[in-house]
Amino acid sequence: MSAGWAKLSARALAAAVRSEAVEAEAAVESGWEGPAAVWEEKVHAIVHSDRQARAAGALAAPEGPLRGVPVVVKDNLCTVDYPTTCCSKILAGYHPPYDATVVRRLRAAGGVVTAKGNMDEFAMGSSTEFSCYGPTRNPFDLDRVPGGSSGGPAAAVAYGLAPLGLGSDTGGSVRQPAAFCGVFGLKPTYGRLSRYGLVAFGSSLDQVGIFARHAGDVALTYAALAGPDPYDATTRLDPAPDVKGWDRGVEGLTFGWPANLWAEGVEADVIEGLERAAEWLERAGARRASFEFLPGEYSVATYYLVATAEASSNLARFDGVRYGFRHPDSPDVRALYTRTRSEGFGPEVQRRILLGTYALSAGYYDAYYLTAQKARALIRDEYRTAFGRCDFMLMPAAPTLAFRLGEKLADPLAMYLSDIFTIGANLAGIPGLSVPVGRSAAGLPRAVQVLGPEDAEPLLLRAGRVLEVQGELGRLAASHETEFAWPTKR
Amino acid sequence: MTIRREEVERIAELARLEIPESGMERMAAELSAVLDFVGALNRLDLTGRSPTSFAPVGAPLRADEPNGRRLDVEDALAMAPESEAGCFLVPPVVENLNP
Amino acid sequence: MAYEAVIGLECHIQLRTRSKMFCSCPAEFGAEPNTNVCPVCLGLPGALPVTNGAAIEAALRLGLALGCSVRSISVFARKNYFYPDMPKNYQITQYDQPLCEGGALEVTLNGASKHFALTRVHVEEDTGKSFHPERHGDRKVSRVDFNRAGVPLLELVTQPVFRAPAECAAFLLALRRLVRWLGISDGDMEKGHLRCDANVSVRPAGTTELGTKSEIKNLNSIRGVERGITAELARQERVLGEGGRIEQATLLYDADHDRLAVMRSKEHAHDYRYFPEPDLPMLEVDADWLAGARDSLPVLPWEREREFTALGLPWYDAGVLSEQPELAEYALAVMKLAEPKLASNWLMTDVLRVLKERDWTPARWREQVPAARLGDFLARVAGQSLPGPLAKQVFAWMADEPGEVPELLQRHGVRVQSSSEELEPLVREVLDQNPGPVAQYRAGKTATLGFLVGQVMKKSGGQAVPQVVQTLLKRELDSRAAGP
Repeated sequence: MSAGWAKLSARALAAAVRSEAVEAEAAVESGWEGPAAVWEEKVHAIVHSDRQARAAGALAAPEGPLRGVPVVVKDNLCTVDYPTTCCSKILAGYHPPYDATVVRRLRAAGGVVTAKGNMDEFAMGSSTEFSCYGPTRNPFDLDRVPGGSSGGPAAAVAYGLAPLGLGSDTGGSVRQPAAFCGVFGLKPTYGRLSRYGLVAFGSSLDQVGIFARHAGDVALTYAALAGPDPYDATTRLDPAPDVKGWDRGVEGLTFGWPANLWAEGVEADVIEGLERAAEWLERAGARRASFEFLPGEYSVATYYLVATAEASSNLARFDGVRYGFRHPDSPDVRALYTRTRSEGFGPEVQRRILLGTYALSAGYYDAYYLTAQKARALIRDEYRTAFGRCDFMLMPAAPTLAFRLGEKLADPLAMYLSDIFTIGANLAGIPGLSVPVGRSAAGLPRAVQVLGPEDAEPLLLRAGRVLEVQGELGRLAASHETEFAWPTKR
Repeated sequence: MTIRREEVERIAELARLEIPESGMERMAAELSAVLDFVGALNRLDLTGRSPTSFAPVGAPLRADEPNGRRLDVEDALAMAPESEAGCFLVPPVVENLNP
Repeated sequence: MAYEAVIGLECHIQLRTRSKMFCSCPAEFGAEPNTNVCPVCLGLPGALPVTNGAAIEAALRLGLALGCSVRSISVFARKNYFYPDMPKNYQITQYDQPLCEGGALEVTLNGASKHFALTRVHVEEDTGKSFHPERHGDRKVSRVDFNRAGVPLLELVTQPVFRAPAECAAFLLALRRLVRWLGISDGDMEKGHLRCDANVSVRPAGTTELGTKSEIKNLNSIRGVERGITAELARQERVLGEGGRIEQATLLYDADHDRLAVMRSKEHAHDYRYFPEPDLPMLEVDADWLAGARDSLPVLPWEREREFTALGLPWYDAGVLSEQPELAEYALAVMKLAEPKLASNWLMTDVLRVLKERDWTPARWREQVPAARLGDFLARVAGQSLPGPLAKQVFAWMADEPGEVPELLQRHGVRVQSSSEELEPLVREVLDQNPGPVAQYRAGKTATLGFLVGQVMKKSGGQAVPQVVQTLLKRELDSRAAGP
């Protein structure tokens, strides 16, 4: 039978299942046959999957807007049918006894979790190199990273294993890999998607995010997942904004253009993509409003205090007592903790735990954690002011295109700076959407990011759709079938 | 901001992590570099700012009703590295009382 | 040199809610290990807390009863430290913005009313339990049970206002009475519903500077509190008396051996790295909620005590009758119908004895003997129409049977005239006529008394009450023995 159902849009695939053109199980399995299987060997986007679980998931899928649509879920979202390890040795073999709320909702809408995607350990990283299962590679250039930390789902959606992926975005972990892999990546408004069952990194920054190859698929998935959750006290109480109008265009809207942010330290290819996107938006009837904005360094500095402080506490529970890895040789419980954690966590996770512990410790709290929280309030106000001048902001998703494996491993700070454009949205709790805008001369995906005020998801999707239609992406989508057919390049 | 190795040792103990002797200098240097970078925040005027929280104020509280998501003892212990007779087992607790 | 003690208490009150503080597991006591657990209270990856409204309501009741000021917005915080009975290795508690601050508990001590000032009352979650290391094959292990993890607690912190261990004990008794009175906790120290740590220091009498304090943990009974603090005060005075210095330390009280052990000294002080709990919204208590909680507060125990003393009762009686709200209310209702001291005597001895023997609540007693019924009975006792011994018998019938006093007497064939005045001549007659049995009784053969009772009953034509007769016989025998 023909492979390739998984390469359709989620909407088209669900329609095919609904019309009985294909059975849910065949639709789900198609991603694992033919070229996709060969791509997976090269890319290594997936860390847990098995045919039985996929078949059971397809069989159990109820009627719904996503019935039969395969979804790759990042390995930090709890699933009862696959292990959930955060790609860390400390959670090796861990099987959660419950589904994350977003996974429940995904299944309730008919979606089928077909695999768990690779990631940087505990979502700490920007390249998916810090995974205990080894790195994921960028399907557009196997020598390059897919971005991170949600590199697995991003790459899987890019090469066509599934039309949809779920990730988590604490400082850009959905938007940056989406940009590197040439797919859409939405980080919703804080509190719109439940965090229940998302293994916490920085609780006040974490949001579940959505990967798709089409703006309309992002809208469809967002509508199925967003909304209040009685098990997450930080979800917003009112109903999520209606995204049905994702195809309504941008006529009459104003987009912010804070050009000072990319005056230096940003690759020319990135700026070119940005300018092209601006032209496309203007061509579609939007107006450009130029203004200066607070440099991203402040956001990065703030973020690395807030996120690590919260992480140092969130990751305290991994101690070898109730689940996960336990160091086999511990004379007392204190040794158990220290040995289990020192051996179970990778170096980047340990570095961040130490930084966060330091920022909260006696004598440093005011200078670091408290200062960062105040800076966060200022950054939030900066965005509020900006959104008084425009409906949404256009900016890079990352300062570079996909970089080479190993390029930034030795320099933590350089790695942290690759999140410079994405971190602000997490600090301010606002939504951001990464949108592909064609390819560089070297064939690497280019992307932009649109940011909006709280609950601006509908607007961001409208802008994303305009870029999808107007730009090269329209052609790209049509050529996806050939692009990711049997790999021949390497 | 330079972070001394004694400081690294102190916070590592708080975090229940053990930095091997060979990695200590490097860890201190890396943390110092990040803290230097973070020092940028001192250039912002934060007077009068109060730290923010993002969770909505006044979220509804839970009704006091036992329900649904309780685990069977078997499921509670299923993922434990070691358990027996309904309890989690750990190496002996030396510190004699929960602080 | 004379020293003065300066003591502050930190009390933990386990709330009697149905579900836990941040998840919906049952908060019951005594279940099989690890059966009341879920992803939240086991600290599984990805689980999140949601606050139990009933626990906040209970905290409000206590805070309002103590006259605390209540924050309209309070903040949960994480207290970070590693311990095997802490599922998340942090405890969700409140730190710099607690729900309730200030306030005082009014305690009657040796007849005088004293106010002990408080610092705060805040809400937090309990830990699980880890058990002492035991042999397991060729090594030692500790067992951990998380049933208690996440059960709601209130932490109440006093100012350093106590000057003697007895004051601390009286405070705890009053606190226990209050939490039971409000229905928010069982307050049983032995079961850990009420736990207490003490901060203890001494200073030369008459000075105002605070000395170095030590913290005593594990004071798990009222007696333990008194003895533990007494021991530590003595130790500190001895050290200072010998010219030494007090080191700041945490001590553990071992009730079995009545001694203190050093748990850790200052060098090992914890760094808890408190920060606002990002998983929980700030806690908002709006004016309506606060007003509702205030309106639903019962009359408080010390207010009841004042009502009793205003009726002329001694403070001791007032305290006993104000142990439970229903008892106090009942007592006041009875005292509207009968002389207060007489009523108090009957309530404190006879009524409370029945409650204890039968494990009855005051409400159950009130069903059996409504205030009007007891009031009527007491009025008869006061009016001499029920002599002492008969009154006790009638009271016993009231506790078991329905009916007013005349009806009871009739049912049991007792004429009201069967009074001492009537019976005493018969008693004397029987004793005079039976010198043999009397001598036997005196010789220690007490069973003879039954024979003598029978004789009196016969003479009364069966109208006398045997218990009354027996009492009168004993009294007469005693007075004859004591006589010239």
